Amino acid sequence: MVATTEAAPAGTARTAAYEDAVTIAVEDLPKLDAPVKMRTRGLKLWYGDKQALTGINLDIPLNRVTAFIGPSGCGKTTLLKCLNRMNDTIDTVRIEGRVGLDGADINDRSVDVVQLRARVGMVFQKPNPFPKSVYDNVAYGPRIHGLAGNRAELDAIVERSLRRAGLWDEVSGRLDGVATGLSGGQQQRLCIARTIAVSPEVILMDEPCSALDPISTARIEELIDELRENYTIVIVTHNLQQAARVSQYTAFFHLGRLIEVDGTAEVFQSPRHAMTEDYITGRFG
Amino acid sequence: MAGAPTSLHMGAAAQRRLRRRYAREFRFKAVSLGALGLMALFLVGFIGGIVAKGWSGFVTTEIRLDVTYSERHVDAGDPAGGGFRPIVVEALRKVIPEATERDDMRALLGLVSNGGFVAVRDAVAEDPSLVGKAVEIWVPAASDIDMLVKGHVDRGLPEDRRRTDDRTIGFVDRLEAAGDIRATFNWDFFTTGDSREPELAGIGGAVLGSFWMLLVTFLVSFPTGVAAAVFLEEFAPRKKWVDVIEVNINNLAAVPSIVFGLLGLAVFLNVMHLPRSAPVVGGLTLALMTLPTIVIATRAALKGVPPSIREAALGLGASPAQVVSHHVLPLALPRLLTGAIVGMAQALGESAPLLMIGMVAFIVDLPSGPMDAATALPVQIYLWADSPERGFVEKTSAAIVVLLAFLVAMNGVAVYLRQRFEIRW
Repeated sequence: MVATTEAAPAGTARTAAYEDAVTIAVEDLPKLDAPVKMRTRGLKLWYGDKQALTGINLDIPLNRVTAFIGPSGCGKTTLLKCLNRMNDTIDTVRIEGRVGLDGADINDRSVDVVQLRARVGMVFQKPNPFPKSVYDNVAYGPRIHGLAGNRAELDAIVERSLRRAGLWDEVSGRLDGVATGLSGGQQQRLCIARTIAVSPEVILMDEPCSALDPISTARIEELIDELRENYTIVIVTHNLQQAARVSQYTAFFHLGRLIEVDGTAEVFQSPRHAMTEDYITGRFG
Repeated sequence: MAGAPTSLHMGAAAQRRLRRRYAREFRFKAVSLGALGLMALFLVGFIGGIVAKGWSGFVTTEIRLDVTYSERHVDAGDPAGGGFRPIVVEALRKVIPEATERDDMRALLGLVSNGGFVAVRDAVAEDPSLVGKAVEIWVPAASDIDMLVKGHVDRGLPEDRRRTDDRTIGFVDRLEAAGDIRATFNWDFFTTGDSREPELAGIGGAVLGSFWMLLVTFLVSFPTGVAAAVFLEEFAPRKKWVDVIEVNINNLAAVPSIVFGLLGLAVFLNVMHLPRSAPVVGGLTLALMTLPTIVIATRAALKGVPPSIREAALGLGASPAQVVSHHVLPLALPRLLTGAIVGMAQALGESAPLLMIGMVAFIVDLPSGPMDAATALPVQIYLWADSPERGFVEKTSAAIVVLLAFLVAMNGVAVYLRQRFEIRW
């Protein structure tokens, strides 16, 4: 089940520890330096018969960047998608447990999923602008949610969003140009601008830089750092340096379990769990 | 190379293996190329044969008549009621004065198509001031004469084995020598309906019938098919009953078209009592046949829209219906239309179901709407191919050329739409 055994120095004993590791209990959650924005309790998820999350307890602090790390298939993207109910679109998914946003359960019948996704926006792994103009991409969210009363207001929202995403100077002259004609990095910043345009409270980012070159990646990382002032950000990443650079909190997942969560500095410098240490030092994963 | 490490990939055995591989590759390519060549040969032979036979169907033979509307034959008060056979005979006698016997008269009258007499009458009916005057009119020749002029009659055969006797051939030669016979492009072929006389028969009625029929087919099958496909592809839960519907739609696409014709006969004619032979019934029947094609094409087009676009819209808080109507459907439209056009082209070429619902009748009038009795292009071809007259042979080929032209044009539009508007991911 576990990726490599040879690399683990303590051999089978250590591997056994991997298998036995349990997901973090509520009382073991770290103290946060900010109020809790989102919270999961006992969150379990199945894809058909296969369980992907085994009772996750996690607090996501307000106006902080929380990074989800872990080997492929550990459930970090699945958990991310639970936070704005993107898993709803998959027929076979079954969810148990609680996901709270400002204390209210988002899976409750009374919650409108369209409204939830306006509050919890998402940026995807591969830049996915609509094959429309740059302007229409950013304006789409405000349009469907009726956020702008007239064209001037919409123009203002588009400009503000593009500025916040650090893209305005590059595209202000070609707002009518097709978005798919932008470079990969620009496309991803456009997707961020598109998400910001709806004025979400939380932004979920699913490996936002994995399809980008290092320079574009650096720009997005800067952007994430700036956005933290106004938004709560959760980022899934395979790039450990990136997690260390941009996040204040890091959660390490393995096989659907939350193994460790703490301040990013603590996780990277003095991990409590041997599995975390092995992962961040490159011994497995 | 002595002492060098021997590689598995060098040496005589390796060379042999390599040669065998290349030989196999060569044979594989040769076979594919041969198949392609065979196909091209079929295509050229087929199209070439049709066009070679059909082109003369677009040309018609006309005879010049110096008509004198003498008051003896035409009454100025009722010009359409005149006796036009003597007028035509008189006009022809200006070139062939010695034709005075009864047999000569009959031969002369046989030169001109029935439509020719009508043309002579219509000219004076439209303009009664012509009474008492002489005018020059080109009128269509009878089909046998048309065939003779086009060289489809073997003059070497004994007289009793051809349709035109020596006397008539002699007259035609005289007229030709006098420059009174010409071949012109047969515009009437495109504007007139069917006729018992090959030289007067046109494809116009069938084209209009096909048009009304396809209009009904499109209006019924396109919205229905697209909507059904959108539901199945975008909204349907993964449940057993959905699978059952899917399998049945796929099976429906493979049902022989004549079965749809029987269904149309049973439902639209016998139960709903819609008019027999009408394009509306043909259109509805073909809509049933086209529906699965459109559903399948639409689903393929919807599948072609990457999930990332749906995710992007959902992630912004678009409702599922907004995701489909704002993004997925517009993006799928080029491929979807392409599929629909191909389905329409299939419907255009379909004849079997139309035979079942009575669109196989002999109809002279042009249909002015989907409720009028009409025939359709492929059925017209079938009707003409079934006619014994030599003149209908070239009409059949000409009609096939017209049908092929429509099919090529429709497929061309489909290709254009795909090339021009499809977004590649």
